Amino acid sequence: MVPFGGWEMPVQYTGIIEEHRTVRSAVGLFDVSHMGEFEVTGAQALTALQVLTTNDVGALEIGQVQYSLLCVPDGGIVDDLTLYRLGAERFMLTVNAANIDKDWAWVTEQSRQFRGAAWRNISADTALIAVQGPKAEALVGRLADCDVAAIGYYRFRSGHVAGAQTVISRTGYTGEDGFELYLPARDAMRVWRALLDRGAADGVAPIGLGARDTLRLEMRYALYGNDIDETTNPIEAGLGWVVKAAKGEFTGRDAIEKVRVAGPRRKLVGIEMADRAVARHGYLVVKDSHTLGVVTSGSYGPSVDKSIALAYVEAPHAAVGADLGVDIRGQARPARVVKTPFHPSRVKK
Amino acid sequence: MANIPADLKYTKEHEWAKREGDKVRVGITHFAQEQLGDVVFVELPKVGTKVTSHKTFGVVESVKAVSDLYAPISGEVLETNTALTKTPELVNRDPYGQGWMLVVKASSAGDWDQLLTAQQYEQFVADGAH
Repeated sequence: MVPFGGWEMPVQYTGIIEEHRTVRSAVGLFDVSHMGEFEVTGAQALTALQVLTTNDVGALEIGQVQYSLLCVPDGGIVDDLTLYRLGAERFMLTVNAANIDKDWAWVTEQSRQFRGAAWRNISADTALIAVQGPKAEALVGRLADCDVAAIGYYRFRSGHVAGAQTVISRTGYTGEDGFELYLPARDAMRVWRALLDRGAADGVAPIGLGARDTLRLEMRYALYGNDIDETTNPIEAGLGWVVKAAKGEFTGRDAIEKVRVAGPRRKLVGIEMADRAVARHGYLVVKDSHTLGVVTSGSYGPSVDKSIALAYVEAPHAAVGADLGVDIRGQARPARVVKTPFHPSRVKK
Repeated sequence: MANIPADLKYTKEHEWAKREGDKVRVGITHFAQEQLGDVVFVELPKVGTKVTSHKTFGVVESVKAVSDLYAPISGEVLETNTALTKTPELVNRDPYGQGWMLVVKASSAGDWDQLLTAQQYEQFVADGAH
């Protein structure tokens, strides 16, 4: 067990690689109840969110989910999040556990001007169980009172899972098909056990933080605090696709657009190591004894069977195919910029 | 629970040493590999290198962490386990057998007596002093 965002979390249950393979080949359960959830309602909820977040909330339909960012005026990232449109004037934001207090202070302060937007921090009462893997649909389908197969990618619906009132969301952080189930904290244990029980024949297993990290890394999904933070700009992080300048004014817009127009000085890229030494967070990216950047995430990727990493690299050296080195214990080990995701995504599009 | 063969000697850094004539075979213990989790990379010295007892001779990396390897005895490296380059998971699967790391020609007989016996190592692990 390790401390993570104020919670004690298991790094692994049986072994990181075994758990990783379970999710890629069958189905795994993640207790990610540490994540934060805020609800915002009211006639000005949409307006407030349009100013606070970078993606276009106006384009979000009821029943749809959107990946988005909270930014500060200089374009630095306060947090990344998923935004749910529960109703015409009702939304839910899922934020990173370590950022709950910071985000809460930020969103409530920034939207004070919008009197018709009421915020509620429902993190403590909300459990979140991710069910991920090719057999996730069958497993959740067995326990749900609605047709979960009909839920599209980045869509959700309300229903009951093992009798508990649940927001069934076709989202995840693994690159596999699957669901994230938001339910009352008091029902979490029961639903968790039901999923383990009814998934036994599918080979279901609980998955720890270690495999959560290797799974998301193979997909190049950003991890807040590692790959993105208040010193990184969405454009250099490769997250320009969730920044919609055309929607109008929002916090960080001018700074982000400036970087987009000028081109980022550095880029977050995928790196593959020539050998199996692991390029870890903070290791330097080098070439001919020059420092070109820094590794933000790195691990052995069980599905690609290679040592892989994400790193910020000076733009001229960030093209796919560029040969670089990573300084590992004083030695420049050969690495190459590669296309991402490292492993093909199998989410239901 | 403890998987600590009685015929080996141990370090407080969780390496094992096995006497084979005037040579000593070296690896990491079952406990060490369990704590590390899945081993994905092992960096070993070249044959001919001199290693020094209590000093690092290499590195073992798991998905979770990177950890130094300490020489149980001083001497010259005669052999390294090249199989670990392709299949580092042998360290997890068979830490006292196929997961061995070095064979060293001991330069000082005194080093051997400084090492922990299986019983002492078991006590050390049981005390949680790691």
